[in-house]
Amino acid sequence: MNDVSMAAPMSAEQARGAAAAAAPRIAIRNLDFIYAPGLPKALKGITLDIPDRQVTGMIGPSGCGKSTLLRVLNRMYSLYPGQRAEGEVIMDGRNLIGPDVDINELRSRIGMVFQKPTPFPMTIFENIAFGVRLHERLNKAQMAERVEWALTRAAIWNEVKDRLHSSALGLSGGQQQRLCIARSIAVRPEVILLDEPTSALDPISTLKIEELVDELKKDFTIVIVTHNMQQAARCADQVAFFYLGELIEVGSAAQMFTAPRHPKTQEYITGRFG
Amino acid sequence: MSATTQTPAFTPDTEMRRRLGRRRALLDAAMRWFCLAATVVGLLFLASIMATLLWRGLAALDFIVLTQEFQPTRYGDDTLPKGGLVHAIVGSILQSGIAILIGTPIGLLVGTYLAEYARGSGFAHAVRFVSDILLSAPSILIGLFIYQTVVLPTGGFSGIAGALALAIIVIPVVVRTTEDMLQLLPNTLREAVVALGAPRWKMITLVAWRAALPGIVTGVLLAFARIVGETAPLLLTSFGNNVLSTDLTRAMASLPVAIYQQANSGFPDLIEIAWSGALIVTFGVLAINILARVALRPRK
Repeated sequence: MNDVSMAAPMSAEQARGAAAAAAPRIAIRNLDFIYAPGLPKALKGITLDIPDRQVTGMIGPSGCGKSTLLRVLNRMYSLYPGQRAEGEVIMDGRNLIGPDVDINELRSRIGMVFQKPTPFPMTIFENIAFGVRLHERLNKAQMAERVEWALTRAAIWNEVKDRLHSSALGLSGGQQQRLCIARSIAVRPEVILLDEPTSALDPISTLKIEELVDELKKDFTIVIVTHNMQQAARCADQVAFFYLGELIEVGSAAQMFTAPRHPKTQEYITGRFG
Repeated sequence: MSATTQTPAFTPDTEMRRRLGRRRALLDAAMRWFCLAATVVGLLFLASIMATLLWRGLAALDFIVLTQEFQPTRYGDDTLPKGGLVHAIVGSILQSGIAILIGTPIGLLVGTYLAEYARGSGFAHAVRFVSDILLSAPSILIGLFIYQTVVLPTGGFSGIAGALALAIIVIPVVVRTTEDMLQLLPNTLREAVVALGAPRWKMITLVAWRAALPGIVTGVLLAFARIVGETAPLLLTSFGNNVLSTDLTRAMASLPVAIYQQANSGFPDLIEIAWSGALIVTFGVLAINILARVALRPRK
């Protein structure tokens, strides 16, 4: 991993300055997206920097394009013929949406956690090992170590260490979601995309995930889509506000929630629409 | 209406409400009784069939039926040897087993293609349509097809021809259930697998199939239950045999054909054996269903 970011805690204003100054982990330039030929653009000319080892929060009303943008970053849209992205998404000097990208390798570097927990129908251990096996050949001891590492990082190890070989489907919703986060980080990605990861969870599970996000940003670059304004304020360093497929405003969480520059942002965060 | 006219919008017409309430309660009771009555009628038929089957079947079921081959009728002369159905039991297991072994992988792959690769395409619609027609085709047609394409060219009836005819019945059942079960999986599960960097084929074989397994196995069991009771396609393909034979290139007995022949023989002792054969088929299918369900029970 590169080391351009500053790991020390800093104030929001400093963070904004640092984010702007440091080379971004991912640079999005003039990104357009359509879901099918003939449909209007779902994303229009998005230009946004994703700073390294920080949390970028994406907010906006339903259908504004924030999840769409997330699904461009790991090429999830490539599963569906007809969906097209144009523009540039630069990571390590390469355009991720270019034609010659190895999508599976890309997805091992940019992991994703979904709104609804998606445990696989297998044991807890196998859930974690599944992703690792796709990209690495580990022996038994190494795999056990990796599984423990991932579950520990996802703050669920203590709850599951005695039942690693029972079905993951028996876990609670909050546990399943942390399992999914563990499954993502077990692959050792550089970026983790979280698509409304707590909207299906109870408040206590939500709190655990938010604490986890704070912990994970030491090692991972995180992008989180959320409908919950407080969550964005609590978790994110940088906040981007989307509306009707456009990026209206981006800034530090403190600035966005206390002194938004754009009137639309102001209206949205004060709950006047959305 | 009896309500006062001073504040019409806010005075509830209690008489009207009471009448509507009575009407709803009446309809509710009527609906409940119709459903119950229909259930009872259905269960009566089923229970009567099962009772007759148990009563007549158990009367003739003994060790000899399970271990001996066919013997001609004894005409009430108990010194003659009693016959059994072992040739038909073995024939049915062999032919149905081979049919399942041939039909399941083909049906599984076709169903997977329809649900995972060709979803929504015109070709998929066409394949699904043909498969559904095959599903409801009279099975004697499938027997005729194998008679023309296998029995005539190879010069005679054979166990393998019977198994092939049954396999053709298995395929559309497995196609349908595989496709339906895979369609039921949430797309987020697929995306979650792919998001880890898994190629599509691994997503299908390692996760989608596993998630759909109970449903797919149910489909295979349904297919098995259906072919174990098929008579018409076997009459034209494996024909039947009165001796125990495991040679797939020769005519082979099967329970439904043996039941058909012995039940039609007119001899009371053979008809009795046919009843026990029917019992064996029914409880064989039941036993396999229960076994598979126990084996697939989700473990916590």
